[in-house]
Formats: sequence, C-alpha cells, structure tokens
Amino acid sequence: MGPRQTGGISMELRLKNLSHAYGGTEVLRDITLTIPEGRIVCIVGPSGCGKSTLLRMMGGLEQPDAGEILQVGSPPEGCLNPLTYVFQDFALLPWRSVEGNIALALEDHRLGRQKRQAIVADVLARTGLSDFAGALPRQLSGGMKQRVAIARALAVNPAVMLLDEPLSALDAQTRELLMDDLIGLWTRAPFTSVYVTHNLAEAVRLGHAIVVLSRRPGAIREMVEIAAPLEARDMADPVLAAKQQHLWELMRDEARAADAELADA
Amino acid sequence: MPEIRPVPFRGGGFRPQVRRWVGFVVFVLLIAIAEWGTRTGWISNLTLPRPSDVLATFAELWQSGLLAKHLSPSLSRLAVGAALGVSVGVSVGVLIGLFSYFRAGLVPVVAALFPIPKIALLPLFVIWFGIDEGSKYALIAFGTFTPTVVATYGAVDNVDRTLIRMGQSFGLTWWSIVRKIVLPGAMPGILSGLRISLAIAIILLVAAEMLGAEYGIGAYILEAGSLYDLERLFAGVVILSVLGVLVSSAITMIERRLLHWRG
Ligand SMILES: Nc1ncnc2c1ncn2[C@@H]1O[C@H](COP(=O)(O)OP(=O)(O)OP(=O)(O)O)[C@@H](O)[C@H]1O
Ligand SMILES: [Mg+2]
Repeated sequence: MGPRQTGGISMELRLKNLSHAYGGTEVLRDITLTIPEGRIVCIVGPSGCGKSTLLRMMGGLEQPDAGEILQVGSPPEGCLNPLTYVFQDFALLPWRSVEGNIALALEDHRLGRQKRQAIVADVLARTGLSDFAGALPRQLSGGMKQRVAIARALAVNPAVMLLDEPLSALDAQTRELLMDDLIGLWTRAPFTSVYVTHNLAEAVRLGHAIVVLSRRPGAIREMVEIAAPLEARDMADPVLAAKQQHLWELMRDEARAADAELADA
Repeated sequence: MPEIRPVPFRGGGFRPQVRRWVGFVVFVLLIAIAEWGTRTGWISNLTLPRPSDVLATFAELWQSGLLAKHLSPSLSRLAVGAALGVSVGVSVGVLIGLFSYFRAGLVPVVAALFPIPKIALLPLFVIWFGIDEGSKYALIAFGTFTPTVVATYGAVDNVDRTLIRMGQSFGLTWWSIVRKIVLPGAMPGILSGLRISLAIAIILLVAAEMLGAEYGIGAYILEAGSLYDLERLFAGVVILSVLGVLVSSAITMIERRLLHWRG
C-alpha cells in the first residue's frame, strides 16, 4: 500500500561559489558543487572543516556570506518538505511517542486525520518500526531512534534528504544494518541526498560521488565518482577498496596538516 | 592464594523514588513528640500549645462555620492572584526566552523588581487597586509574577536548540514550534518554578490579609496572635501548612501527568 507516489521526479541542488566565515574564522571557501537528481553525494573532510555548516546552508537553516544555493526542478507530487534533514543526534521530541514524532512533521499540513495516519503507518512499515508506534524515545535503542528519524524524514516525501553523520552515534553492527536499510529505501524509490560522514567505508558504500573537503577553511579538494550501482556494491571489490584507500590518503594529508597547524598555534 | 571477595556496590542513590508514607510518618512523629512534651510538662504551655487542644480549636472552628467564612475568601484571593501572576509570568518568560528585544528590555526590570519585598508595596497597591480585593489580588499576582518569569525564561533557554532546528527544518510554523517544542521542553522548569511561586503566593496572601481584611486566614491568625491565643494561632498556621502541602501535591500530580515521558 502506498498512500502517495514516491520517487520519480526529485530535485537537483546547485551550489555556486559558496563562502562563509564565523566572526574572523573562515569556514568555507568558494564551494561550487552540483548534487544531481536521484544521486547520493557524500561529503567527507577533517573535523571542523565546515561540513555541518555546508549542510545547514543547503537546508536553508543558515545563510552563506557569499555565493548562492539553487534548487533546480520542482519537488515531486505529494512532497511536503522538499529539503529534509536527518540529524546526527536524532532530534526526537522526548515527550512524543514514535508515532507522534513522525506525525509532528505532518501536522502543519492540512492532510486530514486519516491520510496522516496512513502516511505514519506506511513509513513505520517501511522502516520496520510498526511494533514500536507507541513507544517513547527513551525506550528505544540508538539505532531505533535513528530509524524513527529516518521514518520521519520519509513521511514528508522529501525531494532532497540531508543527512549529517546519521550513523556516527551508533555501534558498528547497527550502522551496517541501517546502511542496508538506506540502500534498500533508495533502490525502491531513489531520492536525491547529501550525506555527511567521517566514515570512509560509509561514503564508499553509499555515495555515487564523494566530495573531499580540505581542512578549515573547507574547500573542495577532490571529487571521487563511484560508478558501481549501490545495491551491487561488495566491499571486497578491489576497485572500491582502491577508492577507499585513495580517500584515506587525501584525508590523512589534511588531518596531518590540520594537526600541524594546531601544534604551531 | 589471591584474596577473593565480591566487588563492593557503590552505585545507587541520586535518584528520587516514591516513598509514600515517609512524609506522613515524619509529621505524626513530630506531633506525637509535641503532645508528649506538653503533657509531661517538659514543654511549657506558653512555648507550644498542646496539639490535641489545637485540634479541638480546629473542630470548634469547623462546627461554628467560621472556618468556611475565613477559608473561602482566602482561597479565592489565592486562586485569582496566583492565576494572574503565573499566567502573565509564563507568557512574559516565554517572550523573554524567545525574543532578544524582550530579553534586553525586561530582564533588568525583572531583576529590579525581584528583590523588592512586595508587602512593602501594599499601601501603593491599596491606592492603585482599592482597599478591597483588588489590592490583595495585585499583591499576590505581583509576588508570583517575578519568580515565574525567571523560572520560565531559564527553562526556555534550556530547551534543546537542535529540537528547534529540527522543527524549522520540517517547515513547522513559528507557533507550532512554540507550542509543540518550546513549551513542552520548558515544562519541567516552569513547573518547578511554580512550586516556589505558589508557596510565595500563600505567604503573601497571609501578609495581605493581616494588613487589612475582615475575614481570611491571615486576619484570623492576626487576631489570635494579638490575644496571645496560641491554640487558635496554631490552628491558623496548620491550615496554612495543609494548604502548602495540598498545593505542592497538586503540582506533583500535574508533573506526573505532563512529564511522564521523563520516566
Ligand atoms: N554557530 C557557529 N558560530 C561560530 N562558529 C561556528 C558555528 N558553527 C560552527 N562553527 C565553527 O565552524 C567550523 C566548522 O564547523 P562545522 O560544525 O561545520 O564542522 P564539521 O566539519 O561539521 O565538523 P565535525 O566533523 O566535527 O562535525 C568549526 O571550527 C566550528 O567551531
Ligand atoms: Mg559536523
């Protein structure tokens, strides 16, 4: 049962010459990047290089000092919130049940009670949470909390999903499972997505393209494309291993340089 | 041969649990000591009236219908004054918490008002609001207002900002964010502020009634005090304590309902 049409048309994001500084600290420098429709773009980079800032700007939660962010194309039919976030720390309301947390994203739209309940039931089923509809966040494990947050994001049928280290608060096994879930969701109904992570294995597994940012001020150091389809990626594949190794070398250089700067200061 | 023993337990504590009867037992014990002391003469009758005499006075008060006559104006003053002070206080506190201009403008005003002993302003209130109920409402409202404001904006400041960002990221309206995220998030702090505000309200109620009222618990206590009638004085004081306990347990009940999610 699908209460709405999912997938199909979504949106493209274009970033042009984006720069930003907090006070005197330059955080982002001249970022030009396109997030193509229906693709997952991963952003990796050393700690503090401005990844979260960049993502907040793409989500319209913060304004860049210079440059612009354009959305190209119109959001799909039934899309309630074109640019939708998944937060690292889940951002669930502790006083609402799982169901209530998902409904929160729908309540400001005039959907009618039945439609709303149908959407909630649908996303709960898609994320395997149907049995926990009435549970409060404190009763859930970290992995389940992030599933709820993903279900909430799916409920508004986003054109672009913005994920800020969605799995980094979770243990390795849960991370694997949720990655499989994300891949499953994407294969059934491809969405455009920007995925910020520290974890290169995640990036290689989920990204159609991987953007490596330099240390602060974050600038695009390199963009690595991975052609293999998501559902067919095998981490033992030497091509993927080589890409991950290459990413690691880039990151290591940046992290070393950042450390050296800290030591000097 | 190494020494073998169980790992000593050192966790536990720091976590309030429901112990229903302990409070009651403490009360009974204190009263029993007073009764025993006054009966054996170990406590002189001038220092402390005998609890059983206080009880008798109380029964008399009840039977003569004087209790209702004193209690009902007091309760309505408390209800009106506290409702006014708390509702205005919560609204102003939320405004201060949410808008920088309100904060910049009102925090110093509240800080200036807080330390004023509100009772000192009663003559002024009498001029402004009249000698009758108006000045008493105003006094109680004013006295509950300041602690409520301070507790509320502190509570709003403590609401997790990522939850608010989340609300914005889903395109919730400003009003939805306030109603569904800010207020519930601030509720624990607002309720603990309410505990303090309402205790202050009872204190101010008595003070206002002592300064000018025909009926009311404060007037009753004042009269008993000026006649050195310790039994009646204590009967009045007991009513206040009971009122305090009732208010506090009412808030506990509200907390249990509204904050069950804290577990
Ligand atoms: N609101 C803010 N005000 C001032 N400085 C900020 C603000 N937000 C972030 N910064 C600074 O900007 C820089 C980039 O922060 P950002 O959170 O975007 O980095 P990040 O790449 O996401 O880091 P991490 O990998 O640790 O999540 C950091 O040095 C941070 O201290
Ligand atoms: Mg970050």
